[in-house]
Amino acid sequence: MRTSIVLDIVVQLDAFNLEVHEHLNSEVVALFGQTGSGKTTMLETIAGLQHALQGEIRVGSHLLFSSRAGVDVPVWQRRVGYVPQDVVLFPHMDVRRNISYGHSPSSMLSFDRVVDLLDIEPLFPRPIAVLSGGERQRVAIARALLSSPNILLLDEPLTGFDNAFRQEALRYLGRLRNELDIPMFYVSHDKNEILEIADWVIVIEQGQVECAGEPCSVLSGHA
Amino acid sequence: MPVDIWQISWFTILVACMATLIMMPFGIATAWLLARCTFTGKTALETFVSLPLVLPPVATGLILLRLLARRGPVGRLLDNAGIEFLFTWKAVVLAMAVLGFPLLVRTARAGFEQVNQRYELVAQTLGASRLRVFFTVSLPLASRAVVAGILLAFSRSLGEFGATVMVAGSIPGGTRTLASGIYNYVEIGQDANANALLMISIILAFGAVWLSNHIARSANH
Repeated sequence: MRTSIVLDIVVQLDAFNLEVHEHLNSEVVALFGQTGSGKTTMLETIAGLQHALQGEIRVGSHLLFSSRAGVDVPVWQRRVGYVPQDVVLFPHMDVRRNISYGHSPSSMLSFDRVVDLLDIEPLFPRPIAVLSGGERQRVAIARALLSSPNILLLDEPLTGFDNAFRQEALRYLGRLRNELDIPMFYVSHDKNEILEIADWVIVIEQGQVECAGEPCSVLSGHA
Repeated sequence: MPVDIWQISWFTILVACMATLIMMPFGIATAWLLARCTFTGKTALETFVSLPLVLPPVATGLILLRLLARRGPVGRLLDNAGIEFLFTWKAVVLAMAVLGFPLLVRTARAGFEQVNQRYELVAQTLGASRLRVFFTVSLPLASRAVVAGILLAFSRSLGEFGATVMVAGSIPGGTRTLASGIYNYVEIGQDANANALLMISIILAFGAVWLSNHIARSANH
């Protein structure tokens, strides 16, 4: 069953306000738009790293923020798997300790399943510093998945990689989409990526939702 | 070497270690607070913490003496509790801790400020409370600077003189430290003993500062 997501927020930014009023029911929601349009802010607001002025954020039955009800769940209790664009693996921990960081025994996903799903095992003996960009992405996604998230937030996971890597990464992301029941927000500049992975897209310009819908119909009008 | 030279040396090392142990939790917590939090009175706290660095140690000692004297605000409480404090080893530990504290805070604070805050934020999104983030991410990543700060504070404690003499005097076999011992031996013309304490002071201070610099340098790389 698909998880419903309510995203009804106003966030104050330096140059403009980010305003989103969407009720979603999709597996993978892509956020598409120019750099600086507010996509990352939207993810960070869901994660609790930025604060909304007003509105409501709800993932399934979990109310994360409501200005009307005075609810603002702390970051560490939100259960969002956030993978920022700069990945941010803990440099003082090895791969195993990194992905175990948020893992609890009551986790929906087992350690072995996530390791298998993202093909992490060959990376265990290697120090964090020598992992390639793609390997770091997989470790960061595994770490986020093992924290039992209700939603996965991926900020431009494939930006800056060559085509071969992008194809491989899309294969992994496709596996996550098909085998796990976790809704995903996926920030990207790339129409092809979105067409391949997402089943809903929100186009943002200057903090406003320009349009939203199925990727093939929405993106056909965008250069 | 006379027995009291060894006694003074061991006593100084022991009280400096105790002072450093007392400083550590408060110093590390203060350093983190100043590095990571914004609050009213932050500048006042920063200034207060740094005060022993710029005040003459004798003046700091006099403040402690006033506070801890029988009729002082803290001394009265200690007296009521039956605790003898001034001119005991406890007063030496306190004087050393107060004078070493700013060095620990300043060095550790710089270490916490160098830790990329993204690590801490991502750790929170993974379900870690701020306390867990501190112990598993912030402190390990700032550990070299924190250890360097601890060693600097320990070195400062080893050499403490002015405040110690004010609150604890220089009682042979009781509160005499390397610094106050050197002063007393020179004053009574026992140069051989003063020189022996001087050599021990130099070796200890050199070792601690060298180690502190070594750790701080490797932290920067």
